[in-house]
Amino acid sequence: MSTAAPDVRMLRIIVCIKQVPKAQELQVDPVTQTLKRVGVPSEINPPDANALELALTLKDRHGAEVVVLSMGPTSFDESLERAVAMGADRSVLLTDRILGGSDTVPTAYALSETIEKIGGYDLILCGEETTDASTGHVGPGIAGHLDLPQITYVSDIRIVDGKVRARRTAEDGTEYWETAMPTLCTVNFGCNTPRSPTLTGKIRVKRGGMIVHRSCADVGIDPKKVGLLNSPTIVAKVDTVKLPPRAGRIFSGEAMDAVRALLETLIRDRVIVP
Amino acid sequence: MTDGHGLEDKSHFRGVWVFLEQRAGRLRDVSTQLIGEGRRLADARGTSLTGILPGHQVDGLAEYAVGYGLDRVIVVDNSLLDFYRSRPYAEAMSQLIRRHKPEIVLFGASKNGRDLGGRLHAMLETGLAADCVKFDIDAEGNLDMIRPSFGGKSLAHILCKKHRPQMASVRRNVFVAPPHLAEWKGEIVHETVELSPKDVDTTLLDFQEFTKEGGLRPEEADIVVGGGYGLADPKNFAMLQELADRLGGAVAASRKAVDSGWVPKMLQVGQTGMTVRPKLYIAVGISGAVQHLAGMQESEKILVINIDPKAPLFDIADYGIVGDLFEIVPEMIRQLDALKAGGAARPAVPAEAR
Repeated sequence: MSTAAPDVRMLRIIVCIKQVPKAQELQVDPVTQTLKRVGVPSEINPPDANALELALTLKDRHGAEVVVLSMGPTSFDESLERAVAMGADRSVLLTDRILGGSDTVPTAYALSETIEKIGGYDLILCGEETTDASTGHVGPGIAGHLDLPQITYVSDIRIVDGKVRARRTAEDGTEYWETAMPTLCTVNFGCNTPRSPTLTGKIRVKRGGMIVHRSCADVGIDPKKVGLLNSPTIVAKVDTVKLPPRAGRIFSGEAMDAVRALLETLIRDRVIVP
Repeated sequence: MTDGHGLEDKSHFRGVWVFLEQRAGRLRDVSTQLIGEGRRLADARGTSLTGILPGHQVDGLAEYAVGYGLDRVIVVDNSLLDFYRSRPYAEAMSQLIRRHKPEIVLFGASKNGRDLGGRLHAMLETGLAADCVKFDIDAEGNLDMIRPSFGGKSLAHILCKKHRPQMASVRRNVFVAPPHLAEWKGEIVHETVELSPKDVDTTLLDFQEFTKEGGLRPEEADIVVGGGYGLADPKNFAMLQELADRLGGAVAASRKAVDSGWVPKMLQVGQTGMTVRPKLYIAVGISGAVQHLAGMQESEKILVINIDPKAPLFDIADYGIVGDLFEIVPEMIRQLDALKAGGAARPAVPAEAR
């Protein structure tokens, strides 16, 4: 279906995304002290949106087919539709009841199998971590499963002479890495501004067929390797954090008086020493 | 990893391991901090504590690391492990883990530690809990891995009951490094792993170190001045730097200030940034999203300066001023200068005395 010459295969980029509750909307129920999840609006996990934007930038620069992949309930269609409306070419949702409760090991396994099923990929992009679980383990986990090179915490990618050149942010500086394709990179949160859905993109979504649902059986995922019971880790319990009470001394009045009172207190409490 | 043994038979997995991360010939702080916690866990389990040091020509570092309380260090000296690269390090660690079968492996939650742990846990098919803040041993002898969830609003207890090793990562500054005792006795063991140049599948083309403009990094400072969206303009961070300079501190920022492009991401405190636990955290114009709290709520004292008396950060403040930061901060600088005339305002305990 590509118009390119048959020997020039188009780059295929698979972007893994997750749908998460909007972080700033999360609130603790004052009565039950648990997190209120019902009715909280969802979004594409923000670092994944940066990964998608990077993929779309590469598509703009080099031409590419961008396939978005997610794993979760069918309510995730909302985020996949948005991804297509932003410019992704198509999307796949791995959705199956038996996947429920999977931790990062089965998740990385199931996504890897689905990526293999999609096939023909050159580059896999994931967000650096999710805002709801914040482990950052799934991206490197996929690379481990698929035995691919990995470059994590990437802010930009250039494709030079058929190789990936990635700019990685370490704690103490910026690293520039090169690797052959196929490869997997995880993308830094906030490294770019994800584009808005376009009208053309929205029309493509409306026409339908942009989201394909796949079950574990469709992909050939071993049911004995996924789900809550086959996850190495379990959440045994969750405690609400009770922070130690703090003095909470508030100083007010004119700036000069308030600051003087504050500094005197800080010195008396030996927080600062004059 | 179950290794062909029955899932319930975990007795042949023994020992606590700490991955010793080195960069440019130095041990990462987080690794020395983990040795202290690893010691406690090894003692609680009645087993030994081993540091794992992949690298090249790192014997000196291994001998030094012992002084933090290790029973032994396994050194894997290989030129392919000269500096951190994902596949060679993951290959080396997986071979060692399959060979020795430790029950617990701890990693620093640094960029490289997470890169390594994430790849490794999928290779070994075992549990890995990220960003743990506390560990316990449960009644069955499992490692209770306690980590914040939802930006610090709750703490989740993660167990890895059937698989071994139980792996966890910990951010820098969550634990305090134990004192270094030169007389502590530990064994240095050299081991080899199967690696070939083919395992080096990524090439480091260049490295540009961040320039240390303000000198101190927030993670190392006794006093941290954090700026938020209330600063309204990137120029105003200069004012925070002036305040930090007067206190011997460092400047940091909230995610909103970073997202606005005012300051570099490396200064971001919070869930997707760094964790700080200074003696005094001064929050200027930061309302206090849970994600920010996650990165600073362990500070010894918290001072909040905000014009909005309802800013959530006031709930965890030791001290606060409700007012216009553009009046308060310059006034603090002025009065600190005045105090300095009669004696410098410094942190209660100078960094070099700790």
